[in-house]
Amino acid sequence: MIHSLFLINSSGDIFLEKHWKSVVSRSVCDYFFEAQERATEAENVPPVIPTPHHYLLNVYRHKIFFVAVIQTEVPPLFVIEFLHRVVDTFQDYFGVCSEVVIKDNVVVVYEVLEEMLDNGFPLATESNILKELIKPPTILRTVVNTITGSTNVGDQLPTGQLSVVPWRRTGVKYTNNEAYFDVIEEIDAIIDKSGSTITAEIQGVIDACVKLTGMPDLTLSFMNPRLLDDVSFHPCVRFKRWESERILSFIPPDGNFRLLSYHVSAQNLVAIPVYVKHNISFRDSSSLGRFEITVGPKQTMGKTVEGVMVTSQMPKGVLNMSLTPSQGMHTFDPVTKLLSWDVGKINPQKLPSLKGTMSLQAGTSKPDENPTINLQFKIQQLAISGLKVNRLDMYGEKYKPFKGIKYMTKAGKFQVRT
Amino acid sequence: MSASPAYSEEKGGSSSLGEPEYGHDPASGGIFSSDYKRHDDLKEMLDSNKDSLKLEAMKRIVAMIARGKNASDLFPAVVKNVACKNIEVKKLVYVYLVRYAEEQQDLALLSISTFQRGLKDPNQLIRASALRVLSSIRVPIIVPIMMLAIKEAASDMSPYVRKTAAHAIPKLYSLDSDQKDQLIEVIEKLLADKTTLVAGSVVMAFEEVCPERIDLIHKNYRKLCNLLIDVEEWGQVVIINMLTRYARTQFLSPNQNESLLEENPEKAFYGSDEEDSKDDKPDAASLVKRKPYVMDPDHRLLLRNTKPLLQSRNAAVVMAVAQLYFHLAPKAEVGVIAKALVRLLRSHSEVQWVVLQNVATMSIKRRGMFEPYLKSFYIRSTDPTQIKILKLEVLTNLANETNISTILREFQTYIRSMDKDFVAATIQAIGRCATNIGKVRDTCLNGLVQLLSNRDELVVAESVVVIKKLLQMQPSQHSEIIKHMAKLTDNIQVPMARASILWLIGEYCEHVPKIAPDVLRKMAKSFTSEEDIVKLQVINLAAKLYLTNSKQSKLLTQYVLNLAKYDQNYDIRDRARFIRQLIVPTEKSGALNKYAKKLFLAQKPAPILESSFKDRDHFQLGSLSHLLNAKAVGYQELPDWPDEAPDPSVRNVEEETAFLIESHIGLLGELREVPEWTKCTSREKRKEKVEKPFYSDSEGESGPTESADSEPESVSESESESGSSSSESGSDSGSRGEESGDQSEEEKKKKKKGKEGPRKACLESAGSDPSEEEEEQGKKGKKKKPQHEGKGGSETSWEEGSISESSSSESDSGSEAEESQSEPESKRRTTPPSSKPAPKASRKGTKEISLLDLDDFTPAPPQPASSPAIVSTSLVTDLEGLTLTDASLTPTMLSPVFSTVKTYELLHRMAGEGLSVEYYFNRQPFPPDPHMVAVQIQFSNNTESEVKNLRVSEPKLVSGMRIQEFQEIESLAPGDTANVIMGIDFCDSTQAANFQLCTHSRQFYVSIQPPVGELMAPVFMSENEFKKEQGKLTGMSEITEKLTLPDKCQSDHTIVQRVTAAANVSRVPCGADNEYRFAAKTVTSGSLVLITLEWKEGARAHLTVNSEKMVIGTMLVQDVSQALAQ
Repeated sequence: MIHSLFLINSSGDIFLEKHWKSVVSRSVCDYFFEAQERATEAENVPPVIPTPHHYLLNVYRHKIFFVAVIQTEVPPLFVIEFLHRVVDTFQDYFGVCSEVVIKDNVVVVYEVLEEMLDNGFPLATESNILKELIKPPTILRTVVNTITGSTNVGDQLPTGQLSVVPWRRTGVKYTNNEAYFDVIEEIDAIIDKSGSTITAEIQGVIDACVKLTGMPDLTLSFMNPRLLDDVSFHPCVRFKRWESERILSFIPPDGNFRLLSYHVSAQNLVAIPVYVKHNISFRDSSSLGRFEITVGPKQTMGKTVEGVMVTSQMPKGVLNMSLTPSQGMHTFDPVTKLLSWDVGKINPQKLPSLKGTMSLQAGTSKPDENPTINLQFKIQQLAISGLKVNRLDMYGEKYKPFKGIKYMTKAGKFQVRT
Repeated sequence: MSASPAYSEEKGGSSSLGEPEYGHDPASGGIFSSDYKRHDDLKEMLDSNKDSLKLEAMKRIVAMIARGKNASDLFPAVVKNVACKNIEVKKLVYVYLVRYAEEQQDLALLSISTFQRGLKDPNQLIRASALRVLSSIRVPIIVPIMMLAIKEAASDMSPYVRKTAAHAIPKLYSLDSDQKDQLIEVIEKLLADKTTLVAGSVVMAFEEVCPERIDLIHKNYRKLCNLLIDVEEWGQVVIINMLTRYARTQFLSPNQNESLLEENPEKAFYGSDEEDSKDDKPDAASLVKRKPYVMDPDHRLLLRNTKPLLQSRNAAVVMAVAQLYFHLAPKAEVGVIAKALVRLLRSHSEVQWVVLQNVATMSIKRRGMFEPYLKSFYIRSTDPTQIKILKLEVLTNLANETNISTILREFQTYIRSMDKDFVAATIQAIGRCATNIGKVRDTCLNGLVQLLSNRDELVVAESVVVIKKLLQMQPSQHSEIIKHMAKLTDNIQVPMARASILWLIGEYCEHVPKIAPDVLRKMAKSFTSEEDIVKLQVINLAAKLYLTNSKQSKLLTQYVLNLAKYDQNYDIRDRARFIRQLIVPTEKSGALNKYAKKLFLAQKPAPILESSFKDRDHFQLGSLSHLLNAKAVGYQELPDWPDEAPDPSVRNVEEETAFLIESHIGLLGELREVPEWTKCTSREKRKEKVEKPFYSDSEGESGPTESADSEPESVSESESESGSSSSESGSDSGSRGEESGDQSEEEKKKKKKGKEGPRKACLESAGSDPSEEEEEQGKKGKKKKPQHEGKGGSETSWEEGSISESSSSESDSGSEAEESQSEPESKRRTTPPSSKPAPKASRKGTKEISLLDLDDFTPAPPQPASSPAIVSTSLVTDLEGLTLTDASLTPTMLSPVFSTVKTYELLHRMAGEGLSVEYYFNRQPFPPDPHMVAVQIQFSNNTESEVKNLRVSEPKLVSGMRIQEFQEIESLAPGDTANVIMGIDFCDSTQAANFQLCTHSRQFYVSIQPPVGELMAPVFMSENEFKKEQGKLTGMSEITEKLTLPDKCQSDHTIVQRVTAAANVSRVPCGADNEYRFAAKTVTSGSLVLITLEWKEGARAHLTVNSEKMVIGTMLVQDVSQALAQ
């Protein structure tokens, strides 16, 4: 399966290599560099690159290319999914996954990679188990380790590996037993020039942070489970319970995890919480263009829209922009032609706007296309689909846990065409 | 140290780069110190006695390896530490060894003995890691040692070690492929393993070592299907892919009746209803010839058990299921995968990229599937170009007459994008839509012509190329467009576009007689500076013009040909020479000359613009080969469906039969023949009486268990009745898919004896059928038949069987059956309790009880715990006689075998002001409500005065819990005691039931908390059933613990006594000496709880609890092991 892994940073240095079978020379990455050159942009590097003797599968995250070398037929998603899992694990271990952090923790990284694959086949990918095998570094532990000479490596087989609930370790103890669930919904939408919705859908996730003692068995039920059209579960969720009763029943992993992701059925019309009024015009002859956008709330169910951020990729012909926002900060990068405007909260009484002129390259004709506007926003305490958690019960343990549920709506891929 | 200078240079690089992470003192390890010294320094650290120094050294070495620096010269120093006690040092040494052992084989051998020792370690983790490293060091000399280690580990007790063994198999195989035969043996052995931990890894090994040995899978097929959902996600992917291939060789195509349609994809998108009706007629003839298609139940099992995995969070699993459905499912069912695949489009862009490629292929074959999700493929400006282009591909594939207008509107937006590659692809897409959908051809063409005036040259060029293709379809109407394009030759520089225009003008020069020569003139002028592809088209144009309009173009043609004659490119020179010979008549030129016009101006068929993803589906979807559209190394061809299904009986598992026979011989003996005569009469009776099973038969799931669970009723009614029900349930359980063929063979024999005549014939017809489930169906059909039309002929009953196949096959998976069990259970419980222990018990205990229990709310009042021991044992023997006649009987609820009661205090004398209350679990069924646990409560009045009105009030219960209060005790004289029974439904949890105990003057808050062992009621099972049920409850439902039995607890008697004291279970007969089995069902939900205690040599023992209710299982393990360890 997976032969080797190379980590390559944005300047093309291979800063880590790991082989699970015989050593593959790092010169194999030359094919990758070639493809990278051809693609011009990092995100356009094809995820699968065939070379005469190997296949290179790569993912690009946190400005690092994770390049896996394989030799024989293997489902490409298998490798890609695994690489993403590696990144997630690093993030889980070190908080962030960056070149610096990986270099700083190279031994832990190496040990973790060693445990994750055996002969190229995934062995332990559940981060709860990995953390029992190889303890994540913390400042305290580093200090203790240097003093006592103890190690980061667990000396026992993680109990989860063999138990009936492989995602949870046994013997978890907390003084404060808490279970928090965040229902986060994202609106993906394309709004056309005239403001009408071309496509809009709601994707949601329920992220949980569960810190409960022992082996709690939780059930989570919804007021309106019918809203959920397509769901995917963390392996802990009992599928049959869901099928028959539409109840999420599970023994949770310890700590943070994604319980569920869902898609709200397409029949429900999506309420679009914001609108953008725009007037962007280029004139053929003059070297000045007009630029004006206003953002306003639409269907927000009485909640405040906050964290609004507008970004737009301006056409190449735009040399500079002189704009004045009614609130917030804006920047325009003349090299990448990226305009971003950090709006903040929307006050319905005084709608934020950004007005001004663009200076265009003299002599060139006007661009074919007006730029698309990408929008980000957040609405607290609202699940735009109307999904509501009914109750959360715990069985199997005697104490009373502290429970909390938070709702949030965010913009996903929210685009306005102009 | 004899390193060459080059070496040391490299190391120099390593040390200066690799070290800073460890906060090295720059003074000691600076740039100036030599590498030799530095490595000496490492060696010194490795040789020291301090673990911390060793660790430090190893960390630095591993960091070097990670950066790809050579650290091989440290090998001798490192390998010495392989036996180091410090586990982290050890691990890092392993890392080093695995990396360099191949290069330093001789030295690596030094470490082997350590691993061999490790293989014998009592700690499974150490055994596993020893095997892991041993098999990873790739030293050919140790192949025999590896082989031995793998073989040993394959039968290790720990599943984790067995998993490691499975991983080691491909390693050894890649080292020495001569070991294949031996390795296959190990694989075969591991394939039979029942733990989910091993399944994925061994299938992986199977795929790498012997993918062609599909015959090894037969026996394990059903087990793999049933385990699948509990296997870890990576294993799932591998298993699903393998099973896809397996199914392709073993089952018939579910779409064989529609294969005619498949060849004509155009038809497919008109909707399936229409095509069905259309095709019924022509197919009717062939249908007569062909046997009607009935899906093999194993095929169905696979489809059903993989479907839930579409909900997996792992994209690879979802994709694997999607490809399985695409390749194996009947057309009507493939649609379910679309939603899941569309969901994956939300994932990382690499995942999107792969999924879109697969969707593109699928959408060509099954357009309807993705049509509802059209908008999910709309393109955002932020998508990477490669994603955009794939989405475009999908959109184009999905375009049809109804949605083309919306799609074209989208395309219009895309054309204005800043991403020019994407715009070019969009134009191509428009061209494809135009060729595929005649209705919009003109609209598209007009749109494209407008693009010709676009400012971007690339856009124009792409449009020209596409227009050229479109025009070829209907050139006569579009001379205007051709003229327009002719003008473009002045501006367009893209060679492909220029060549296209020239070709168009040449081809249709009759339509533009004036312009064509002029274009040729211009091109002749610039000929030398054109690209080759353009030059060729110039020659072409010249030749065509010469033939149609030689007067105007003769000289020009000569000129062009002369230029070409001296071109640098030999292709062009050749072409020029050839054309000159062909068109310019000379004396020498032969007969061909006459045909020149025909050769050049022949009608050319219009090109078909088709997707590059067409026909990619001959590669297994989701595979690397599919993605690359080329066979990757090690790709296993997806075989075509067989014409004739191979024998399905190969998947029947034999062990079950072995157990069956064993139990027949061992436990039944003479009883075996007894109930035979009862069967047919009781069957008739039953049929008249019980309508439910018949009804639920058509429902599929509840059928078998319903009849099985209703058994206790029949037991109490008459012996013959019970005989019948056991045979009934026997035949039913066959439909659970795990039954062996031989067993149903057995069934058949019995039935033949029972029912003679026409039935025999129909049995034979059923027997000849490939699938045993159908056979089962045949039987069910038969059972039903007599109700309708007496003893129907075999023909008709067979038909009925096959019709109801799809629904009833639902019941054949182990896990489904599991669930379905609890359902009818609850149904049963709501029926009035004429359950069997009650009447029997009442015979003995009525008098006593009626004294205590004045009320009449139960038909059979509960009895005190002292009496039932005798009753129940006699009952057991009764039941044994009944149940053992048929091994596949579903578990029967029993009254407890054992009762040494442990009393608990509910209210202490002091706290109760003289009233003391104790309670214990009397382990009797609580007749008013079988979901309740009976709690016997004993009040004793130690006061001077009478206590009046003792009753329960204000229960404060956790949701779902219920209490059946006892009848109020009017008065309790001083010094007197009273016994009552109350029922509590604990909902299978160990949470306490809180309530108040009231007297006339006081109230006391009390709570009853059940030990987990009291939440169940014993059931009787045969050994065989037990094994079967246990087989279904593996994976997550299995909890194992090792324990040591104390000395005083090493006799059979004490063990059984202690287990039954700890939990309300009944013993299951067992063939093995040192194994004890117990079974029970939880009271509320009726889920099975199976306990196995394996007594190893010495005092060691293994305790396994299998239960769907994991929490109960876990707690029970604790309780039982505690009870045993006391």
